[in-house]
Amino acid sequence: MADPSVTLTVTGGADGLGLPLRHGDCRLTAQPVATASLIAPYPGRVAACSAALAALGLAFPAPGQGLSAQGARIVWAGREQAFLFDAAPPDGLAEHASLTDQADGWARFLLQGTGAEAVLARLVPLDLRAGSFPQGRVVRSLLGHMPLLLIRAASDAFEITTYRSMAGSAVHELGRAMRATAARG
Amino acid sequence: MRIPCPCCGWRDRREFTYYGHETFLHRPAPDAGAEAWDDYLHNRENPAGPTRDLWYHDPCGSWVVVARDTVTHAVAGGEGLA
Ligand SMILES: [Zn+2]
Repeated sequence: MADPSVTLTVTGGADGLGLPLRHGDCRLTAQPVATASLIAPYPGRVAACSAALAALGLAFPAPGQGLSAQGARIVWAGREQAFLFDAAPPDGLAEHASLTDQADGWARFLLQGTGAEAVLARLVPLDLRAGSFPQGRVVRSLLGHMPLLLIRAASDAFEITTYRSMAGSAVHELGRAMRATAARG
Repeated sequence: MRIPCPCCGWRDRREFTYYGHETFLHRPAPDAGAEAWDDYLHNRENPAGPTRDLWYHDPCGSWVVVARDTVTHAVAGGEGLA
């Protein structure tokens, strides 16, 4: 029987970090990670993974690709790795891939505003203008010194995912870049 | 400096970790003898000019053999490793 004196409380990776933040026309908000399964196909099994994912209307994504269907999303996350968000892994997938529940390990934010590209230009060593980083595109890169999974969510919005252990640093760095970008007018 | 990742395309050098000359791809046979193993583990050239070395693309997890020139800093290309 459970010990009634112990209460475990679920907390989000961005809790207590002072979000939302607003500077100029940019706004940084927390985007809770409800479910996140890392899918790492066993050697030669990418096609078999795609067949299993078809039950969700998805397939294993190519580098830089994200797919969504029926409320579930799959996002490329590295060489032969992908995250399945907002759905449980479909039956049969575990036969062809190593699956790990990493929902507790990541913190996710949304940076929105016409200055969002300029803010991220201070922290990410990539050309994030729409011509080379269009809507829906996914990259693994760096946010300052932190590992980054970046998705262009809209013409003026980026989904920023980093290790939960670094969420405080991420908000600090993003806030500083937002403030400096806003100060330039 | 920009380095080509076979998975992600050309990326900033900050995204990579350097591992040294491609010597590490040419592991001697177990019975090759002490001199060959000493060379493999410890002895490296210090070329002024073309060289080939190993880089790890941290964001995606790919190993790349990069052909570059230590004098001009030109990066000629990269091949992914299995
Ligand atoms: Zn890469």
